[in-house]
Amino acid sequence: MKYTVNEKGFYGNFGGAYIPEMLYPNVEELKEKYLQIIQDRAFQDEFRSLLKDYVGRPTPLYHAKRLSEKFNTTIYLKREDLCHTGAHKINNTLGQILLAKRLGKKRIIAETGAGQHGVATATVCALMGYDCIVYMGEVDMERQKSNVERMKMLGAQVIPAKSGSRTLKDATNEAIRDWINNPVDTHYIIGSVVGPHPYPDMVARFQSVISDEVKKQLMEKTGKENPDYVIACVGGGSNAAGAFYHFLDNEKVKLIAVEAAGKGVDSGYSAATTYLGKPGIIHGSKTLLMQTEDGQVVEPHSISAGLDYPGIGPIHAHLFESGRAKFFSITDEEAFKAGVMLSRLEGIIPALESAHAIAVLENLNIKKSDVVVLNLSGRGDKDLMTYITKKDEFLKD
Amino acid sequence: METKTKVNNRITQLFQQKKAGVLNIYFTAGFPNLEDTAQIIKSLEVAGADMVEIGMPFSDPLADGPTIQQSNEAALRNGMNMKKLFEQLKDIRKEVKIPLLLMGYLNPVMQYGVEDFCKKANELGVDGIILPDLPIEEYIETYKGLFESYNLSNIFLVAPNTSAERLKKIDQNSSGFIYIVSTDSTTGNTKDITQAEGYFKKIQSSGLNNPTLIGFNINDHKSFNFACNYANGAIIGSAFIKALKEAKELKGSISNFVSSIKKS
Ligand SMILES: Cc1ncc(COP(=O)(O)O)c(C=O)c1O
Repeated sequence: MKYTVNEKGFYGNFGGAYIPEMLYPNVEELKEKYLQIIQDRAFQDEFRSLLKDYVGRPTPLYHAKRLSEKFNTTIYLKREDLCHTGAHKINNTLGQILLAKRLGKKRIIAETGAGQHGVATATVCALMGYDCIVYMGEVDMERQKSNVERMKMLGAQVIPAKSGSRTLKDATNEAIRDWINNPVDTHYIIGSVVGPHPYPDMVARFQSVISDEVKKQLMEKTGKENPDYVIACVGGGSNAAGAFYHFLDNEKVKLIAVEAAGKGVDSGYSAATTYLGKPGIIHGSKTLLMQTEDGQVVEPHSISAGLDYPGIGPIHAHLFESGRAKFFSITDEEAFKAGVMLSRLEGIIPALESAHAIAVLENLNIKKSDVVVLNLSGRGDKDLMTYITKKDEFLKD
Repeated sequence: METKTKVNNRITQLFQQKKAGVLNIYFTAGFPNLEDTAQIIKSLEVAGADMVEIGMPFSDPLADGPTIQQSNEAALRNGMNMKKLFEQLKDIRKEVKIPLLLMGYLNPVMQYGVEDFCKKANELGVDGIILPDLPIEEYIETYKGLFESYNLSNIFLVAPNTSAERLKKIDQNSSGFIYIVSTDSTTGNTKDITQAEGYFKKIQSSGLNNPTLIGFNINDHKSFNFACNYANGAIIGSAFIKALKEAKELKGSISNFVSSIKKS
């Protein structure tokens, strides 16, 4: 279990809880109670039953034949895009709302980048009758307009984050500030494996349903439960953590994490954290962080709002440092083209985040006999405007 | 068990002489203009502040409300950074006698190097450090000996929901003073601090070894006086930043601001 969190809240050199005292009692309460609550039988029953009947799990493990043919190997897509609300995010928000209920909280706050986590949070709040406030960077509200409207329709209040780069990092700052101001009645549903301990571990556990299902489904389909590769994109890293989780200790399974290179890793417009980052502290956690020499956080760039984050979850910083996972980065253009390719080959329009994971297939030396599981974290409906407006730039040839 | 610290600096000395009505003022270095730092500190001393917190600007000040967020952003835009700040403070002790603290977030300090940072702070004549996101457990395990060897007081925050047990732990590992956060809030909020009387009284009667200053949402003579009833003094940040923002001439505005707080 050397890749899961230790009793002090660290993954190797990364993790911890670097938070001001005003948040300490909240985070401590979570830390004391989260394992007991989520391991409780009644909690598990309710969680499993809603994952099945409300989210639509298990999501299919689909043998993508035309894609496999193109890369001369065997590729399975884990269809998280078929989850209710269109991405893996709801696995976590459902778990956390059930936890919030048991903690006696009355009000839910969340941050969102692409809007997928915001929609998934607004959805479970509607389901459970909770007030929901979602912070979203002003820039992201513009490029993910349809998700803003979805959140509002679900009854959530969307508050624009107007500081800094006005994207995911700033939305997260605003959500944390809200929590500081409302520590007693509010639960903060973080959307990825980031933030102070125990959030990264808690979110990873809720997302681990992905690899739990993959193991069983792969056994049924191929007679063995371990693939040769698991591939996932990494913004904060929750879909990757969930897809890797049950394979972490089996070193024969190659774990491939894909970051957003933006306009190129050295272009100054990138979100490739493991390439550009150094150890630092962001949102309460010690991890790899894109920053200046003076320790100021650098504004990232990616075509996909969900990967536009200057850090990564501490579990991924550890997987990178230990070499357990291999990290690649994919440019805006490569991701865009991979998104179009998957649409044409398989009839599946992927989220631009997930398109980064598809694009990396070009860069791996996959053997014909290998079995590859690629986590298709979300569907591309929310990205249609970007697919339309960037078409001339990226598909000229 | 009482842990005596070896720290003896201008902060500990101040509280030996002055037990009530201590006024500590925060400002962000590099705001309104890059080169205002020394002038602001000197003017605060002349105006009658007892202590000054020099804010080291950070891109992501999590515990701060809009006023201090904006002063941080502006300071960074003006070109402030740690090295620049330390240059500006090079000769500050030739003129200024009151205690000086550096306040900021852990990440820039980590990148500078914690030991180098402490060494430099000591050389410049800084007495205390406030890093709200440095956990006390990590401080005790990794940094306490270092801070004390450079005669620096590390100042911890206490909040309304801090348990009695944790308060004791903080007290045992503090020197200088303990920073009592007035209400559950980020800085510069408008929550009424008179609501917090019960919490202030509880802390006042808990027999702490260290002096206390109440901060967050203290913005005028009335709230300053109220806070001083329950602690050795109080800290003002956002209200002072607002005054600086509107100031036509620094020295006079600072003098007026401090008088407006202390007027009897
Ligand atoms: C479809 C999709 N995939 C991936 C991500 C990135 O998040 P994470 O790295 O936590 O999986 C997002 C975030 O919004 C998303 O919407």
